[in-house]
Amino acid sequence: MTEKLHQAFNAIREEAEARRNAFRESPVPKIHIGMATCGIASGALETKSAFEEALAERNMEAKIHTVGCFGHCYAEPVVIIDHPESGFPPIFYHEVTPGKARMLTKLFLEEGDPRFEHVYGATEMNEMIPSVMEFPRFNQEKRVVMEKCGRVDPEDIYDYVAEGGYAALVKTLGLTREEIVREVQASGLRGRGGAGFPTGKKWELARQARGDRIVICNADEGDPGAYMDRTLLESNPHQVLEGMMICAYAAGARKATVYVRAEYPLAVKIVKKAIRQAGELGLLGKGILSSDFDLEIDVFQGSGAFVCGEETALIRSIEGHRGMPRFRPPYPVEKGLLGLPTITNNVKTLASVPAIIEKGADWFRSIGTENSPGTAIFSVVGDVIHAGLVEIPMGVSLRTLIFDICGGIPNKKGFKAVQIGGPSGGCLPADFLDTPIDFDSLTEAGAMMGSGGMVVMDEDTCVVDVSRYFLDFTQKESCGKCTFCRIGTFHLLTILERITKGEAREDDLEQLEYLSKDIKDGSLCGLGKTAPNPVLTSLRYFRDEYEAHVREQRCPGMMCRPLTAFFIDLDKCARGCDICGGCCPVDAVFSTKNRKKAIDQNICVKCGECLVACPPDYSAVRKVSPPNLAPTIDRPEK
Amino acid sequence: MDEDVLAEEEAMLNDIISGIGKFEKERGNLIPVLQMIQEKHAYLPEASIKTVAEHLEIPACEVYGVATFYNQFRFHPPGKHPIKVCLGTACHVKSGDIILENFERKLGIKDGETTPDKEFSVERVACVGCCALAPVAIVSETVHGHMAPSKVEGLILRINMEREKAEREKQESEK
Repeated sequence: MTEKLHQAFNAIREEAEARRNAFRESPVPKIHIGMATCGIASGALETKSAFEEALAERNMEAKIHTVGCFGHCYAEPVVIIDHPESGFPPIFYHEVTPGKARMLTKLFLEEGDPRFEHVYGATEMNEMIPSVMEFPRFNQEKRVVMEKCGRVDPEDIYDYVAEGGYAALVKTLGLTREEIVREVQASGLRGRGGAGFPTGKKWELARQARGDRIVICNADEGDPGAYMDRTLLESNPHQVLEGMMICAYAAGARKATVYVRAEYPLAVKIVKKAIRQAGELGLLGKGILSSDFDLEIDVFQGSGAFVCGEETALIRSIEGHRGMPRFRPPYPVEKGLLGLPTITNNVKTLASVPAIIEKGADWFRSIGTENSPGTAIFSVVGDVIHAGLVEIPMGVSLRTLIFDICGGIPNKKGFKAVQIGGPSGGCLPADFLDTPIDFDSLTEAGAMMGSGGMVVMDEDTCVVDVSRYFLDFTQKESCGKCTFCRIGTFHLLTILERITKGEAREDDLEQLEYLSKDIKDGSLCGLGKTAPNPVLTSLRYFRDEYEAHVREQRCPGMMCRPLTAFFIDLDKCARGCDICGGCCPVDAVFSTKNRKKAIDQNICVKCGECLVACPPDYSAVRKVSPPNLAPTIDRPEK
Repeated sequence: MDEDVLAEEEAMLNDIISGIGKFEKERGNLIPVLQMIQEKHAYLPEASIKTVAEHLEIPACEVYGVATFYNQFRFHPPGKHPIKVCLGTACHVKSGDIILENFERKLGIKDGETTPDKEFSVERVACVGCCALAPVAIVSETVHGHMAPSKVEGLILRINMEREKAEREKQESEK
């Protein structure tokens, strides 16, 4: 039996290796371009066609290898050029615009000069160019789930197999279902969707259940600010599929579904293609790799409802209803989709599985902490220098993540807070920077792991406004089933809007607190239970800011527009200069009698363009809060 | 003119009816059917709701209930140049709302509306997933990162100029 299995797989692996070797050993230069959504958004398509045109012009040959996302969003579009003839190691270039692409084709590919001023680093150790592995953004990461992202072409299954893919599936098919479940249980893997439920336990429950079982991969990533699930599906879909196959084998399922947001068209396309390729090679369908294991995987496109990230709501929406959660128990592992036992696992959870099976539970346990083994992926965005996706072992402190790995706050500004876990998470101040990142420590601090969205805020950010933003989001996304969630979030939002407009009442802060408590108690699903978290944590750690809004109508971060004003310092303003007037979208800037400029406060929309435009030699535009600090200058009548 | 519009609508409905025929009469197909219609026609025409309800043998109010629950579905045709302004967390922190406001002011329409000449439509979207480029706006499929209020004017100006140029060339070729 196992022999037949290996025989079937060896044919695939030999083909993959032959293709890989042919690619590696061909003498022409290889150009690897990151082409996930973020790369394309930064212009990777234009960069790619610039390379192709420049190569055609010079009659040169080079292999262009489109890969997924490296996770280094700050550096997109990212290009790695491997030009063995030049004698240099493979070089990592960042922010490769079409112009840079043409320049590199001429100077590096043709003439052999790598243009050191544009080099970011080499991808391997060598004596000429510093390696990127010496940079903290690279060497402090620990890649388990994202290991192959940016190295394989997501649209080519052989690329994944050549990197050791599907070996875990072969190993799985040679073991019994109990052995697989036991291994996952021993690894201590916890669900990466946010709540952290032990994955092995879920699988064991499904294994014991009766009836046809179904596996769902939850890629309904709704948190506005987290995009690691999308990146995984776009950069390495086969790893997720392999995880699903192992899960289906262990649970005894013959049907599986990938639930992807329709807002991720590229991910949908790539996953569908990956499923087709796996089917063609006999890795899906009837009798996988000549074993007696059958599995069909299909794709369901979610239609954009945040609440569908909750498993019972997700199941309802596949059934063709509104995505409203229902009471648990019975849990979906007993009674889920169409009444059948259903395992719902997050993309990251499933993508962790192949490595666990291949390298063993002990290896997985050696990464991370006792109660949260493994790695965590965060999308670190906001006011941070090296924004992007970071995969770190659990237990690393927030300080290391934000300041060492991601380079800290730009423009020499101070750190104010970090918002973890999106609309369900919390806002933590500088005192918590030494908190280790794992499920339990974050929950203790009042935030939560959530989806892994992490927004870093500098001193010019208003935490009240950020809370209002999240409440605005959850209020719109509440499905409307539970009264406290439906009406309570609306009232929370109304109060927060009042505060950010400077119209707050004295007892508004107490109202926020007790309403929040009621919403938590009176809601059925995670959305309602966690919706007040942004308010509660910011109120706990930044009460003084709320009080400044309520009592002084002052916004310390100067972000709440009704509480700020711009004015032009007449002592600094240069006579005759008209830059601010030229960029004002509403013509609020006018000339005073002595040909200096002033702002008409009645018209000003407070977009801040004049502040950016004013030349640094003058820096005459100033922003103040509360707005009555700005001097009023009357506009002369025409 | 009116006849043209009517004929167009009828062709659209016929197309929808033939498309629906490929789906089995299962409740689970409701969302895929709606997605198919929206993918082809960019919105859900009123008549299509009834057609879907008849095909799947469920009340039209159920179809409406599901269609309005999800953010993806729209009930008005978008403009030729749909503008989507990202208001994800990172874009919000970097003042994405000011960008949205500038588009609204410049085009004289509100979020979710289409200009009377059907050229532009503006909508807010939750995270498009390029947070490192915040604030972000998508103008007819092209992503524009690091937006600023002054860029808004330039973008719209460029589209209008290109349109005028195309019209001029068309007129000249007709001569």
